[in-house]
Amino acid sequence: MWRNSLMLLGLVALLASACERKAEEPARSAQSATSGATASTGPGASTPTAAQPHAATPAETGGAAPGSSDVILLGEVGSLTGAEASFGISTRNGVELALNQTNDSGGVKGKKVAVRVYDDQSKPEEAANAATRLINQDRVKVILGEVASTNSLAMAPIAQAAGVPMISPSSTNPKVTLVGNYIFRVCFIDPFQGYVMARFAHDHLKISRAAVLKDQKSDYSLGLTEFFTRKFTEMGGKIVSTEAYAKGDSDFRAQLTAIKSQKPEAIYVPGYYNDVGIIARQARELGIPTKVPLLGGDGWQSAKLFELGGRAIDGSYFSDHYSPDNPSPTVQKFIAEYKAAYGTVPDSLAGLGYDAARVAVAAMKKAPDLSGPAIRDAIAQTKDFPGVTGTISLDETRNAVKPAVVLEVVEGKLKYITTTPP
Amino acid sequence: MADLLQHLVNGLATGTIYALVALGYTMVYGVLKLINFAHGDVMMVGAYLGYATAQKLGRPAQSSLVGVLLIFLCAMAGCALLGLAIERFAYRPLREKPRLTSLITAIGISFTLEYGFQLDFGPLPGASPRAFPEIIRATEWFVFGDRDVVIWNWQVISLLIALALMLTLQFLVFKTRFGRAMRAVSFDHRIAALMGIPTDRVIAGTFMLGSALAAGAGILYAIKDTAIQPLMGLYVGLKAFVAAVIGGIGHVPGAVVGALLLGLVEEFVVGYTASSWRDAVAFGFLIIILLVRPSGLFGRVAAEKV
Repeated sequence: MWRNSLMLLGLVALLASACERKAEEPARSAQSATSGATASTGPGASTPTAAQPHAATPAETGGAAPGSSDVILLGEVGSLTGAEASFGISTRNGVELALNQTNDSGGVKGKKVAVRVYDDQSKPEEAANAATRLINQDRVKVILGEVASTNSLAMAPIAQAAGVPMISPSSTNPKVTLVGNYIFRVCFIDPFQGYVMARFAHDHLKISRAAVLKDQKSDYSLGLTEFFTRKFTEMGGKIVSTEAYAKGDSDFRAQLTAIKSQKPEAIYVPGYYNDVGIIARQARELGIPTKVPLLGGDGWQSAKLFELGGRAIDGSYFSDHYSPDNPSPTVQKFIAEYKAAYGTVPDSLAGLGYDAARVAVAAMKKAPDLSGPAIRDAIAQTKDFPGVTGTISLDETRNAVKPAVVLEVVEGKLKYITTTPP
Repeated sequence: MADLLQHLVNGLATGTIYALVALGYTMVYGVLKLINFAHGDVMMVGAYLGYATAQKLGRPAQSSLVGVLLIFLCAMAGCALLGLAIERFAYRPLREKPRLTSLITAIGISFTLEYGFQLDFGPLPGASPRAFPEIIRATEWFVFGDRDVVIWNWQVISLLIALALMLTLQFLVFKTRFGRAMRAVSFDHRIAALMGIPTDRVIAGTFMLGSALAAGAGILYAIKDTAIQPLMGLYVGLKAFVAAVIGGIGHVPGAVVGALLLGLVEEFVVGYTASSWRDAVAFGFLIIILLVRPSGLFGRVAAEKV
């Protein structure tokens, strides 16, 4: 008997909370219509201060609800949770910083800009849902995101079909912008990144036998594997073994044992930081000597890499978008401002998020009106834009043409080694 | 040849983890005929409790013998309580309902733990993977050739722990009063209750025991793969379930043999063919076993009660 009454109580509570939420809606939009760029948007939304380290999802920063006429809303999709959480969090911080600065200097066309961030849990299907929601419900002007190419590829057809411009800060797989003329990116693409590492391995490390360990569920990893293999072979090198794992694995010993028996001089691991750190440890543990470095791409970029890899990752190299050691005043100013807001040195994903948001803002300023086609055309004309991750000029396939740096991991820190021009 | 031996070592190490998780599955199934799909996630919670304890202890203390025992103890006790709570609030109210209801609830608990642990406030860890501290200082115990085959201390220790736990469990089930009560409940819990066996307490005890084993497995798994993350129990849970079915679900040594077998099969498939085949072969293996011996390698063929 008491069980039934308990269930009834639960049902009543559920109904009550549902009603409450409904009643809350008008109050919420009324409040946000008057709120400025740094005010909260009512219960449920996180307080959008720049220094806020974690946001609830959906998080909204910059402070506005859709429909309020004095705010221009952008959307961002990122992996705030899930395997690649640090990607999404860094990118969001970069975007927020850029928009806060825009608002401080007068906004766009006399209006404030704000961003609505949805979490995709590092999953492509969630990324697609989030993109749909940003377009249909929130009616955002521009979508920023995603980091992982697989997730961007899930979002791109939706943005393209709706005619909403989408700028990926850091998806490097070439297929992403080929989806259509509304899809842009502010980073270089994988054929170039694969070339950079092949060149580095062959010319700088003087290596002729390399093995590859790829993530077969990731478009990013598959693309890099293809381009690295092609370039390295063209230069006269030999790929002695190609092994694969799948996202979610945490035991790579079988693959590494197979690689070890082929005695490569370097192992190319074009994966994400969360896998690479563990791979490094297991490689060393299985007796692959430290003089065989691991090589990788920009997916390695995260402070988590050092925590997960420990000493095992020391002496390994990866290609990336920017180095915080760059003495350029633009870069150093960005690093100082980011540090003031979030307390850490920005990684390249934060830099790219910052650049993507600024490219979007610049385009909205330049566009005659804020319709999708007008903003799209303005983004497409981006030329010699002074980004913190390099000068951004978009080519006819909507990719940025930029130099890449090679970084070495030395005792849990990144050391700048060389820059390869495009 | 060298890599064959190394694969053998790797496979046994993976199989050991599967074995400890499979023991929990098999016990709960044996008693309740319920497949506790949240079991892999209880293992994940165990790994996080171990991590938290190790962090509390600090660096030199966490790798001392007392420290390691304390880490295992805290994690196992915490998970035993979690197992108790899950049984009390998620499964017991549904015990007389159709079995499908409990199965769905199990999946619900599993998701709650997986995604609950992705939250990032208070004691909850957040979604990013964490490096697990080296609580058993890794040393090479056996090295063959020019580091062709390397066997580490923790690989041997894990295997010994798994075998010891299996023997303890076997003793518990067949030689103690609690074990006799467990077997009686497994046979028919209504009749057992009529005979004066406190079925609720026996079932709760079984859950606590299984969850404590899972916590032990979680820590060993974290030592092996050096990192923990909230979804780590997902695949291990599934694989351990397969292992338990291969061995004959409900059968204690069967679960261990099935798990070691599965670990080895997976390792050799990845090592000598392609890793894409690993899961296909693991589940294919399951299907073949079920076709040839529906009750598993060691399971008894029981006549259906009418």
